[in-house]
Amino acid sequence: MLKLEMRPQPSRLMSWLSPLIALVLTVLIGIALFSLLGKDPLKALQVFFVEPLRSGYALAELSVKAVPLVLIALGLAVCFRSNLWNIGAEGQFVLGALAGGWVAMQADAQSSRGIVLLILAAGVAGGMAWAALTALLRDRFNANEILVSLMLVYVAEMLLSWLVYGPWKDPQGYNFPQTITFLAPTKIPRLVDGWRMNIGVLVALAAVVAFTLFLFRTYRGFALQVGGLAPAAARYAGFSSRGALWTALLVSGGMAGLAGALEAAGPLGQLTPYVPVGYGFAAIIVAFVGRLHPVGIVFSAVLMSMFYIGGELAQSRLGLPKSLTGVFQGLLLFSLLACDTLIAYRIRWSRPS
Amino acid sequence: MNEFALLLAATLSAGTVLAIAALGLLINERAGIVNLGAEGMMLVAAIAGFATAVHTHNDWLAFAAGAAAGAVMAAAFGLLVIWLNTNQYATGLALSLFGTGFSAFVGIRYTQEKLAERPHFEVPGLADLPFVGPALFRQHPMVYLAVALMLGLAWFLYRSRAGLVLRAVGESPESAHALGYPVRRIRLAAVVAGGALCGVAGAYLSVIYTPLWVEGMTAGKGWIALALTTFATWRPARVLLGAYLFGGVTMLQFHLQGEGVQVASQFLTMLPYLATIVVLVLISRNPAWIRANMPASIGKPFFPGG
Repeated sequence: MLKLEMRPQPSRLMSWLSPLIALVLTVLIGIALFSLLGKDPLKALQVFFVEPLRSGYALAELSVKAVPLVLIALGLAVCFRSNLWNIGAEGQFVLGALAGGWVAMQADAQSSRGIVLLILAAGVAGGMAWAALTALLRDRFNANEILVSLMLVYVAEMLLSWLVYGPWKDPQGYNFPQTITFLAPTKIPRLVDGWRMNIGVLVALAAVVAFTLFLFRTYRGFALQVGGLAPAAARYAGFSSRGALWTALLVSGGMAGLAGALEAAGPLGQLTPYVPVGYGFAAIIVAFVGRLHPVGIVFSAVLMSMFYIGGELAQSRLGLPKSLTGVFQGLLLFSLLACDTLIAYRIRWSRPS
Repeated sequence: MNEFALLLAATLSAGTVLAIAALGLLINERAGIVNLGAEGMMLVAAIAGFATAVHTHNDWLAFAAGAAAGAVMAAAFGLLVIWLNTNQYATGLALSLFGTGFSAFVGIRYTQEKLAERPHFEVPGLADLPFVGPALFRQHPMVYLAVALMLGLAWFLYRSRAGLVLRAVGESPESAHALGYPVRRIRLAAVVAGGALCGVAGAYLSVIYTPLWVEGMTAGKGWIALALTTFATWRPARVLLGAYLFGGVTMLQFHLQGEGVQVASQFLTMLPYLATIVVLVLISRNPAWIRANMPASIGKPFFPGG
């Protein structure tokens, strides 16, 4: 019989290997799934793991998807490390896009390029405000943050839908549910002509450094993590759990909002009902697969954006639904969680006595 | 039927989806396990049930397929959480994300199909009562089965020995283990039963309630069902009541839209989600109330000898 046995010490080797084993498992299960459904698994693998890396342009596209994932996942990592389950990042992302988009719509042709900073600041504020609702209800009334933040995702999507079908609808838009196309000065500056890759890449890298310092080099970051790991010890040490609640939710909401504003004024350039594409949910997986560590998050975000691009390619090339992205994302998280068991436990073969 | 009766009939039907799923989740949670994968299980079951109904024209087979789909997914969740000790919240989320993607993936070729409206079951004699007759007694059998399920579950939990053991496992797995009960197997059984019921709810949604398949058609019903168990403070009768209440809010939204109320439809669509938040707040603000029936070890892992 196979038996799990607790290791005397968590295995450092396994904590590095586990994401790799999980990826291999995901690919294997994916192959099995494709074969079962009568699709050519090799073609699918090529679409998911080769095509997104084939050219400079493809890599730039990869960055377009990876940036929002990195930003949101960094914030979520702070939340999860303090044992707060904000799973409403998708809604906070939408509010960031709405707030940033509103500022962008106020611009005229003479506006200075400085307005981009205002747009991003508005995005942060929008995301924070949405997360603050969850924090407030948890703090004042002890309402479960998982369910509240998730319900607010649906509310945010309805708000977006109302605005683009109603007050914010472009009168010259042939009755499509969309806002005006944002004017040139509001566009997030691109890094290379002709590619959609923009300064979001630099923002994300700066955020990775900032979060690494915050989590591992500041008192506040330390207090947050102790609160998550051992609430009793944190209370004894005098770390405020209310402070942790608000910090973690505001930080993660702000990051999701920043991602939303970057997306709205960047690749999208206007608001439509299709602003939310699941980055907020995928970022949960990114955070876990990245071990809740800023550097790990960069790697897992790149992997996850491969799944996004793979899903889009699977749709256009193989006629498969885009939702394959979600299948692979879910499988990856499953495999990772299972493999992580090997960090704390080892498998022993024991004869049934 | 007059308008009120129509609204009442629709409320019962909408509430039934939530009631069956939430009663299933209640079994889970009474055993100490929270499964955030309800949304994913319901979606996969919805397409499994719908596809079965399209091919076999047999609704009961469709429900069975939905239950099987939910049970298989719950078993995968249970094995990870109970035997490999993975984080319950993260694993449940993975199940939801996987289920949402997977159901859309296999469901794509069924998006054009439509099932015929299902005949209702008329309770002899009572169905012809004025006013409430058609609303209460001309429903799909599953509506009545949901009520029976609640009664059965209440009896099981509070009057049967097995129910006592199940509750013990959720309150104090250590004590149950010390008494010699196979805690992990009991928890797995509870999780699988919960998944099967979420599956039945999903199949009811796609086969009877709508009846068609749309990507992401649960639109948060799995999450609302999860909220309902908290709302009901883990009591079966209150779960049923809460489910009808939410069914009513959902229906009210369509009703108001039909009446041509001067509010953008998006605000009406928000209602059930806002109602969930409001209700959670109202319930949670009283710690004594919420703790009274809350399984003490809910969400906490148990690993014998670890």
